[in-house]
Amino acid sequence: MKDRFNLYRFASPATFYPLAGRLIPWFTALAVIFGLAGLWIGMLVAPTDFQQGEGYRIIFIHVPASWMSMFIYLVMAFWAAIGLAFNTRLSGMMAQALAPTGALMAFISLWTGALWGKPMWGAWWVWDARLTSELILLFLYIGYMALTAAIDDVRRADKAGGLMLLVGVVNVPIIYFSVKWWNTLHQGSSINLTKSSMATTMLWGMLLMALCFWMYSIAVALVRARSIMLERERHTDWAKALLTGDEK
Amino acid sequence: MKSRHKKLALIGGALAIIGIIAALVLNALNSNIALYITPTDIAAGKAPQDKIFRIGGMVKEGSIKRQADGVTIAFIITDTEKDITVNYKGILPDLFMEGKGAVAQGKLVADGSFTASEVLAKHDENYMPPEAAQAVNDAQARAAAGAKMPETSPAAKPTY
Repeated sequence: MKDRFNLYRFASPATFYPLAGRLIPWFTALAVIFGLAGLWIGMLVAPTDFQQGEGYRIIFIHVPASWMSMFIYLVMAFWAAIGLAFNTRLSGMMAQALAPTGALMAFISLWTGALWGKPMWGAWWVWDARLTSELILLFLYIGYMALTAAIDDVRRADKAGGLMLLVGVVNVPIIYFSVKWWNTLHQGSSINLTKSSMATTMLWGMLLMALCFWMYSIAVALVRARSIMLERERHTDWAKALLTGDEK
Repeated sequence: MKSRHKKLALIGGALAIIGIIAALVLNALNSNIALYITPTDIAAGKAPQDKIFRIGGMVKEGSIKRQADGVTIAFIITDTEKDITVNYKGILPDLFMEGKGAVAQGKLVADGSFTASEVLAKHDENYMPPEAAQAVNDAQARAAAGAKMPETSPAAKPTY
């Protein structure tokens, strides 16, 4: 996680802003490359599944989006903890910048899951532990965005939102382990660090799509972070200098 | 510097407490979170009386019986220990088949069978092309045949 390390070193918005600007095209390009490769393998190369036919191809979107929705929340909670403990300006901005992407990923995960569930399970939705906890994750994202938007003072908004993020982080392991801890309709995980119960080409398609979602999320979060920075730091010298026209 | 570390410790402590609370609550709600109960649970008397609930397990091989109308169906759900007969009238999902997981929602009736109002198929975590599935089946069949072989000669049986 090269960029996170850099973010930590470039914790001042004035140095982070141009750095983010330089990084965005790279992450965008990588997202496009991984996305094209992943879709090519997923839609054209990977074989048909022995039971689900072509319908299984939803996993190339569904699984990466679900992973992303959980991981982005962890990153936001990490920034919230840093922000609450060290009072850094950047942390709140990063959490804010990630929230809409996280919510989008949770929504994609639920939506593609419903589309798959109807023909395969026979139901759009069941209240099993996996589906319900993922829905709670979506509500946490929306709640965080609503809460921070409702408080005018950004420092207080960051604090309140950060507390909410930290309380909600307990939901992430619940989502991940729900299929192990309880009887659920949702199947167990097909891959983890040590084993995979997927055909190799399918797995490659999914991993490439996961990389694409990673790069996309980083790129979009950086774009959003830059505009949040400008908005919040508009009274500072560096932001004024940028806004009056000598942006490179 | 001191107060920062104090805050960090405070956050860590708060997270640990929240985690413990969540674990206790979830543990207490365990039976309510489970989507379905198994035939063994029913045999142990854990099924709610006169209430709609879900049972889950495998559809027993060779147990699906269709009526002439095509939509009335009976099958056995098993967890390999206990079986329960399920009666259902309606459309079944594509993945519903013998030897695969299924979850049925309905009520227990007097004769000990289960009348379902909804039947869902439970998919497993295996994703593979049909040729690979065929290969796995063949290998399992061979392994099963191989395992049975020694049993035919009593002399080969290990004594404990």
